[in-house]
Amino acid sequence: MGVIHVEGVSKIYNPDKIPVTALQGVSLTIEAGEFTAIVGPSGSGKTTLLNVIGGLDRPTSGRVAVGGHEITGLSDNELIDFRKEHIGFVFQAYNLIPVLTARENVSFVMLLQNRPAAEREARTQELLAAVGLEDQIDKRPAELSGGQQQRVAVARALAPKPAFILADEPTANLDSHSASNLLDIMARLNEEEGVTFLFSTHDQRVIDRARRVITLVDGAIARDEYRS
Amino acid sequence: MLVQLAWRNIWRNRRRTLITTASILFAVLFATFMESLQKGAWNNTINNVVNFYVGYAQIHLEGYWDERSLDLAFSGEEVTNLARKAPGVQAVVPRLESYALASTGNNTLVATVIGIDPELEDGMTHLSGRLIAGKYLTPEDQTVLLAAGAAKQLELGVGDTLLLIGQGYHGVNAAGKYPITGIVEFATPELNKSMVCLPLVEAQWLYGADGLVTSLALQLPNQRAIQPALHYLDQQLPDETYEVMDWKAMMPDLLEAKALDSAGNIIVYCILYLIIGFGIFGTILMMIKEREYEFGVLIAIGMRRWRLAMVVWLEIIFLGLLGAMAGILCSTPLVYYFRVNPLRFSGDYASALEKFGFEPIFPTEFRLGIFLTQALVVLAITIVLGLFPFRKLKQLEPVAAMRS
Ligand SMILES: Nc1ncnc2c1ncn2[C@@H]1O[C@H](COP(=O)(O)OP(=O)(O)OP(=O)(O)O)[C@@H](O)[C@H]1O
Ligand SMILES: [Mg+2]
Repeated sequence: MGVIHVEGVSKIYNPDKIPVTALQGVSLTIEAGEFTAIVGPSGSGKTTLLNVIGGLDRPTSGRVAVGGHEITGLSDNELIDFRKEHIGFVFQAYNLIPVLTARENVSFVMLLQNRPAAEREARTQELLAAVGLEDQIDKRPAELSGGQQQRVAVARALAPKPAFILADEPTANLDSHSASNLLDIMARLNEEEGVTFLFSTHDQRVIDRARRVITLVDGAIARDEYRS
Repeated sequence: MLVQLAWRNIWRNRRRTLITTASILFAVLFATFMESLQKGAWNNTINNVVNFYVGYAQIHLEGYWDERSLDLAFSGEEVTNLARKAPGVQAVVPRLESYALASTGNNTLVATVIGIDPELEDGMTHLSGRLIAGKYLTPEDQTVLLAAGAAKQLELGVGDTLLLIGQGYHGVNAAGKYPITGIVEFATPELNKSMVCLPLVEAQWLYGADGLVTSLALQLPNQRAIQPALHYLDQQLPDETYEVMDWKAMMPDLLEAKALDSAGNIIVYCILYLIIGFGIFGTILMMIKEREYEFGVLIAIGMRRWRLAMVVWLEIIFLGLLGAMAGILCSTPLVYYFRVNPLRFSGDYASALEKFGFEPIFPTEFRLGIFLTQALVVLAITIVLGLFPFRKLKQLEPVAAMRS
């Protein structure tokens, strides 16, 4: 059993009014250490799948297990705590709290976990160095470029030592240079630290760097291929 | 860190924060000023009546205060000796009070005639300080002090002669001719139009009430001394013979009018609070609306909703605190200024006020309690309104919030 286990998941929005089927019968397993892209046309269900895996959204039917824990039946607060401890999120944009510095943004999640200050400080330094931002530590998001903001977001996602990182189109708002820079960092974390990444993307250059590519069409898996 | 976060958040939209705190500031400013003015005006009125005339408490023969009949005069010696022993009593001030027609031949008015012990009276009400012309009385004088308003109406001055005609003790005739030694100015318009003071012995002779008084006023150091003194006297004096009244009992109208006035003001305050309440609520709605995406992210990465709501609540409390403190800071000098330089009305409004027994001067009351109460009320409103985000955030779904 992998780190993520999705079994027969369907998601229908607005079941009462105009039903929209976002996912239908999706089953997949992600193993620890994967570097996997979810691709597909707009509206194919990529975001919905990531949200369901991350416990942000509940499937209409089917099961999701993370690290062997079934999360489908958890209460709202249990899900929040689960996300806090086990899952790292990177969203397309505006990930960071604007009034906090890079250092504070990274530290914030660990504060929510009630980690001691010394540990928070050390890990924040380490993570910001890992994403190449050791000299931007006290800048606020507005003072950072889009690419730098996404790197801070990656550092923040890593802070609680999650089982994996879910990234929904992390490069969509970046120029190609920043995008490849972010990808380099993600790939290095994956190779050197064994961090599991699951990300959605439209960008062919990003797709090319994934080692596994899952293609969604109309809410179902149309193709699932491994590359060497 | 949550506190720090909240503090920084309120400065994200500097303009809105300033507008919101300014509106709270003005509400506090307006409310404290209004309350200080109102309380001050009433204190002034009560002070005028109580300290300069009625006194904190009086002893009469039972029923006198209702009837005001000279026939209820009594020999005060025994009661005076007893009252002197009451706790807190600094002096017992005898008075013989009645009415008379005051006349100059051309002009006539109904005068309140009061026989006083010049020395004791001055000790309690500082009557000599109210002289604007002439000189004060001595116990042996056969002359009078005339209130300024009455003097004006009768067109009399110091040295002129006043004719008093009335009814004395048990129906005897009372008539006398008195030179005016002094003109006194009373703050209370009613007194100022009718008061004639003469030495007690002379008044007793005029009214044929030898050795009698109608009231004994008690000189006490302050309000708090009333209760113990009254308690003592209630025990010592025979119940059916005498009545011991404090100023509240003697002037229920004054208290009632004050209460009525305060009640009227409460409505104004409520409207004021309602207006700023809506203003603050608008700010809260905007704060939540424009940060929905960010709230979604925070809940997504593992922040519990109530914790997030606490941050927003803190932000609103900061706004309330800033506004309330700024309000106190601005209103303190304002209220203080109008205490030193009271508002003074003239013209029609002034005469209307005088009809109701008010002196048309409004010194504000400068009391910490007023500032604190108003600021706390406003702060309480913000704190309660600040609970709204708890409800709102409870319903916020991160996925929906981040889709918008
Ligand atoms: N909250 C929602 N309510 C109703 N319909 C929704 C909701 N979220 C998603 N959908 C619908 O579900 C389908 C899948 O949406 P989703 O966002 O998962 O697609 P996507 O692959 O991420 O698209 P994109 O590439 O544009 O981001 C779409 O048809 C979308 O309109
Ligand atoms: Mg999407």
